[in-house]
Amino acid sequence: MIEVLHAGLLTTVQDRGRDGHAALGIGRAGPMDAIALRLANALVGNAPDAAVLEIGLLGPRLRFTRTVTVALAGAEFDARVASTPLPAWCPVRIEAGTVLDCGRARRGAWACLAVAGGLATPRLLGSAATDVNARLGAPLRAGDVVRVAPAAFMLDDGCAGDGAFRALGRFSLDPRPWFDPEPSRPIRLARARHADALDAASRAALYTQAFRVGVDSNRVGLRLDGPRLALAAPLEPVSEPVAAGTLQLPPGGQPIALMAEHPTTGGYPRIGQVAAIDLARLAQRRPGDHVRFAPIDLDDAQTRYLECESRLARLCADIAARLEPLRIAP
Amino acid sequence: MTAAGAPSSAFDVEPLGETTLLLRFGERIDAATNARVHAAAAALRAAALPGVTDIVPAYASLALHYAPAAWHRRDDVPWRSFATAVREALAAATHASTRAARTIEVPVCYGGAHGPDLEPLAAMLGMAGEAFAARHAAGDYRVAMLGFAPGFPYLLGLDASLHAPRRAQPRTRVPRGSVAIGGAQTGIYPSELPGGWQLIGRTPLALFDARREPACLLAPGDTVRFRAITAGEFDAIEREATR
Repeated sequence: MIEVLHAGLLTTVQDRGRDGHAALGIGRAGPMDAIALRLANALVGNAPDAAVLEIGLLGPRLRFTRTVTVALAGAEFDARVASTPLPAWCPVRIEAGTVLDCGRARRGAWACLAVAGGLATPRLLGSAATDVNARLGAPLRAGDVVRVAPAAFMLDDGCAGDGAFRALGRFSLDPRPWFDPEPSRPIRLARARHADALDAASRAALYTQAFRVGVDSNRVGLRLDGPRLALAAPLEPVSEPVAAGTLQLPPGGQPIALMAEHPTTGGYPRIGQVAAIDLARLAQRRPGDHVRFAPIDLDDAQTRYLECESRLARLCADIAARLEPLRIAP
Repeated sequence: MTAAGAPSSAFDVEPLGETTLLLRFGERIDAATNARVHAAAAALRAAALPGVTDIVPAYASLALHYAPAAWHRRDDVPWRSFATAVREALAAATHASTRAARTIEVPVCYGGAHGPDLEPLAAMLGMAGEAFAARHAAGDYRVAMLGFAPGFPYLLGLDASLHAPRRAQPRTRVPRGSVAIGGAQTGIYPSELPGGWQLIGRTPLALFDARREPACLLAPGDTVRFRAITAGEFDAIEREATR
């Protein structure tokens, strides 16, 4: 079990997300950084969609009541046991009774903490993903206890250790391809239905000017401060389905990029679509960070997305092969 | 107007990013277009195309969420291969059956603290608040779709004289149960949410409860009738529900 001593800013249980209920207005939810979820799970030998803790900006303080293997991936957190930093992007064995303070995000916004076996929180409508607005699950609070499912196997490198934790297998992933701490690189944005309905100045501004992630951004969407965008003529489109990465323009002129906990439909003009390959990078931008957009063609974006998925699948297979010699019966 | 238009009739295809395909059957909110959407959704559920993870009917369009890896072909990008398969599936579909419709009465306390936008909206449209509320309550509405949030019904049938623009700045918190107007649409906020629609009243009924079976009070195709209630009746129904 994991006892929550301090909840942090926004700590939720997330798995891959909730499919199949969007016709009732129930969205996917799932992680802000889906790559971090998959790699954290891979690093502890879990299935890619096992439930993890997603931690945002200010991490929780947790006590593990039994010995577990964990992995932290995504944003760079100042996670520590006592005063010793906990290594990220690698499997770490944590002894029973240890208190882990996840600390603050030094760079980026969201990380996933996977525990071998996965979290055994209740599944609602087929998923353990917390959907805050839908009241499907709720953010963790101090005093909560999160159950860990029994792992199919334990990981052990056979090295004796007397500390509260130790990294296993002497390997860690290079996070660079999967976590981009630099908020300066542009986010690729494909055209969407109402891109041409913007007035000429706004069409130019969208791809040339810097926006800033608003403080009122959350798991539903990032509000982008900066140049106010305007349509050439008023438009009240019929509400249509939307997707993660859809860039909407409310009448106030401040665009909103829809993120993990986005509604299933929306009625604001759609002025762009963030490329799926850049969605995790956008999610890691913090309030105040800059966002610049660069154009991408959808065919190109989809080809690159499939390449990225293949790379991830190969990496997860590599990780599984590296974990193989460390597997012991529970 | 056809009862349930043939799903194979003309529609536009638009990719909504790398993992979603949008089919658009029209540009307007009307019952005939919406019936075609629901017929197509039923046909696509029956076709069970590979990689499809969700089918989302809306007013005049429907979304298919899918895994593009399932549509990787040597000669084309996945979204085009998938779109071709979708067109073929709908062309092959016969008339889909429609669900038996129910009629559900929704009590609403109009105006005052429960509907802060009613009076200013009525004044803008040159009506008395009471007349505005009476006209809203007199309508027969159809649940065209659920969306925006779990259990949020978009209702067809709003009288043209009650159409009103959305607010320029959306509210960050709209109370649960708020009955609202956005453009030509009317709906009910099933939980406390951010929202940009004009709030004209509030119902004490729970539209969504994940632990209830079914979780949503309303389903696509249902008929909704509003009944005006007083603030006192609102409190009584709410007390009864939470007991």
